Amino acid sequence: MMKALVIVFSLLLGGVALAANIEVYKFEDPAQEAIYKELISELRCLVCQNQNIADSNAELAQDMRAKTYDLVRQGMSKAEVGDFMAERYGDFVLYKPPFNAKTAVLWVGPFLIFVVAIWLMLRTIRARRAENETATIAEEQLSEAASLLEKDKDQ
Amino acid sequence: MKAKALVPLLAFLVLAGLFLYMLNQMNQGEYNPRDIPTEFIGKTAPAFSLPDLYEPGHMVSPANYKGKVWLLNVWGTWCPECWREHDYLMALQRRGVTIVGINWRDEAAEAKSMLARLGNPFERIAFDPDSQAVIEYGVYGAPETFLIDAEGIIRVKHAGGMSEQVWQEKFVPHLGG
Repeated sequence: MMKALVIVFSLLLGGVALAANIEVYKFEDPAQEAIYKELISELRCLVCQNQNIADSNAELAQDMRAKTYDLVRQGMSKAEVGDFMAERYGDFVLYKPPFNAKTAVLWVGPFLIFVVAIWLMLRTIRARRAENETATIAEEQLSEAASLLEKDKDQ
Repeated sequence: MKAKALVPLLAFLVLAGLFLYMLNQMNQGEYNPRDIPTEFIGKTAPAFSLPDLYEPGHMVSPANYKGKVWLLNVWGTWCPECWREHDYLMALQRRGVTIVGINWRDEAAEAKSMLARLGNPFERIAFDPDSQAVIEYGVYGAPETFLIDAEGIIRVKHAGGMSEQVWQEKFVPHLGG
């Protein structure tokens, strides 16, 4: 049993080692290297859509990394490379989509929901407070409570 | 009281129905995450210049087809859907449609042997092992087919296999213009 587990784990680790094995690109300019690293973490792999091209080992991601490397080496800025990719693959390729008519709901939606939630909460609190203030306790209930307390003392 | 007890059940059913609908839409409807809207419709087809698969001295380029309405088809022998659509591409070629291929990430020998077996529907095939043209065209999978008009403008992009239905629904309406 133990042996089997060891084998399974070493196989799993082997997989990790393989996945981490991506090509190394050399830059003479550390600023370009920084741009490249930011870009590959912010560009989406279109094959495995929930991974950026830095994490993805899909062939398309390799190609996109190579293209990104080329463009950065040519001296393109981060925004220029982003535009280049978005022109070809659509805004979808950017993990940080630009603010425009199509993406407005995406950017503003959470804040709208937040405001509505705060408003609902305040309204509920106020309504409850008003309810508590107007609530009166009937005479009968008061005397019943008093007698219960008396009983308790007696025991 | 009884009616109130049914509220969670009702909410569950509504949500389940919504999820089922979305699941369906994602698989084949307009919310399909694979169906990435292309930025290219109505734009000039990006230029490329790649060696011909059979004649490496000849460079295949979209500029060579100015004045013609033609299809650009991205394929590879490693792509199962490309084998499936091949018959239909042959049929289109017999009808006189000009098809230019981009052979993507492939071995030249394997590509040639596939065409030797199944026939060659392409007028020219650009050999693109390093995804040069493929990235220019925003291709993210194979097969993909573009319809390019006489002015060199992309009219249609279709991701996935070609078939009579796709041809009639997506391509034919753009052939006149």
